[in-house]
Amino acid sequence: MSVTREEVAKIAQLARIKMGEEDLDHLVPEFNNILTWVEQLGEVDTSGVEPMTAVIPQALRLRDDVIDADPKTGGGRQDDVLANAPVAEHGFYGVPKVIE
Amino acid sequence: MTDFTNFGVREIRDGVAAGDFSAREVAESFNTAVEAASELNAFIVTTPEKALEAADAVDAARAKGEVLGSMAGVPIGMKDLFATDGVQTTAASHILEGFIPRYESTVSAKLWEAGCGMLGKLNLDQFAMGSSNETSYFGNVASPWRKEGTNAAMSPGGSSGGSSAAVAARIAPAATGTDTGGSIRQPAAFTGICGIKPTYGRCSRWGVVAFASSLDQAGPMARSVEDCAIMLGAMAGFDPKDSTSLDAPVPDWFGGLDADMRGKRVGIPKEYRMEGTDQAILDSWDKGAEWLRDAGAEIVEVSLPHTKYALPAYYIVAPAEASSNLARYDGVRYGLRDLPEGAGLQDMYAATRAAGFGDEVKRRVMLGTYVLSAGFYDAYYTQAMKVRTLVQRDFDAAFEQCDVILAPTTPTPSFPLNSLNDDPLTMYLNDVFAVPASLAGLPAMSVPATVTEDGLPLGLQIVGRAMDEQGVLNAGLAIEQRAGFTAKPEKWW
Repeated sequence: MSVTREEVAKIAQLARIKMGEEDLDHLVPEFNNILTWVEQLGEVDTSGVEPMTAVIPQALRLRDDVIDADPKTGGGRQDDVLANAPVAEHGFYGVPKVIE
Repeated sequence: MTDFTNFGVREIRDGVAAGDFSAREVAESFNTAVEAASELNAFIVTTPEKALEAADAVDAARAKGEVLGSMAGVPIGMKDLFATDGVQTTAASHILEGFIPRYESTVSAKLWEAGCGMLGKLNLDQFAMGSSNETSYFGNVASPWRKEGTNAAMSPGGSSGGSSAAVAARIAPAATGTDTGGSIRQPAAFTGICGIKPTYGRCSRWGVVAFASSLDQAGPMARSVEDCAIMLGAMAGFDPKDSTSLDAPVPDWFGGLDADMRGKRVGIPKEYRMEGTDQAILDSWDKGAEWLRDAGAEIVEVSLPHTKYALPAYYIVAPAEASSNLARYDGVRYGLRDLPEGAGLQDMYAATRAAGFGDEVKRRVMLGTYVLSAGFYDAYYTQAMKVRTLVQRDFDAAFEQCDVILAPTTPTPSFPLNSLNDDPLTMYLNDVFAVPASLAGLPAMSVPATVTEDGLPLGLQIVGRAMDEQGVLNAGLAIEQRAGFTAKPEKWW
């Protein structure tokens, strides 16, 4: 199955990547080459096979229900969290106006 | 000043512990070598002060008679995919340029605790996506190796190409790598060094920039099996901050090293004898089997029938996970923001990601977005995850007949930079032998075997059962002892 230029443009939009006409010129054939190649997976008989859900079998753990059980992943680190923000204002992330 | 740059991990830590030399002398020696090797472009940033600071702490601890860590006094290179507190961490992408983490990844923290110092952050393929180290925003890494009689810059492999180049060039005794579909083993093979990807979950992924979370695994790259065993011991261990971290004790891999292969069976997977593989690679594979037989092992043929489908399955699974993981780069919380005049939030996302991601990253994010999109999910993603189950079952069946599997690491030796750029698919095929073990989460390592007629190194790969890093390292040691690989790149940088 091959994808059209319009479809690739739509995927770019879904992936939130701005694409110009020139970008699409080289991406559309590359994309189709890769898709044609991965489609050989269709040859494999997978009836009755479960998709893999865990690489190494293990149960998901629950952490203790304690606030800031690990200070590295807990709260109270507003300055650290905002330190790399392109725009931080009043203790929040700044973004362009969303509501008119 | 003594030149310590030919020393490996064990020689350095033993020499420092015995007081034969100071950690500071070693750090100074490598700092100087790093500074003189800028032509390799192996480092994105260098941190000589960090290397000295850690060395001084080790020397002071020794003077006080304190117990030293397992890597005390060893300066290392850190792949720039590990978050380092206060030191820029970019994943070799423009979108993270200038990002200075306020926390330390678990793996790097463990290495500092073991007494390592940091020489700098190593270049890589952007977001670890690539097999040649040509997708970095900060420029290609050149391998220290050259084809005999030519001056063409060769690929150090990827994605851990800065790591492989630095260790092979003797500007770092060891370096961290990460392996999603061969990114430790393939560069190790290209540069004549060792590298091991442990069982999925052995090393914490916390603080490692995510590419494909069900595949990403950190591991050491060094010039001997012994050094890899020491360093892996320092990197591995349970971490509650990573939900897929293995809650299992870390064995003493270094102490357990034993090259006696008597009573062990080594499987040769017949499906790996593929068209398009270099004759020199096939010959080195036969040599590897002979060496292991000489070490006492029995060689048996095994079958991994779904080998052919592992790579296409990988190129659905890995991009799918990447498209999800890389959604976080939005120009809001960290990294680059591109806000065109008058743009709204959605336009800002799209402009930021267009400006920040390189071509290969865009290609994979879009491929992942497509295979996960409504209407295609089952045909691509679910089918790939079923094939992944089959690949794992192949290994389960093979390991009923053997203890480890021996295969080439790559289908070709290193190639000149800029020689494979036209076709992403050709590049992907370089990981054909490495990807199956990644899909199955198995420990796998590359050890240097020989050099080609024109002087380029070749590696052999050993794949083991889940959790059997020891078996992998031991077979690696048996090969290392017999291969007598002493070739070194001639210094041109």
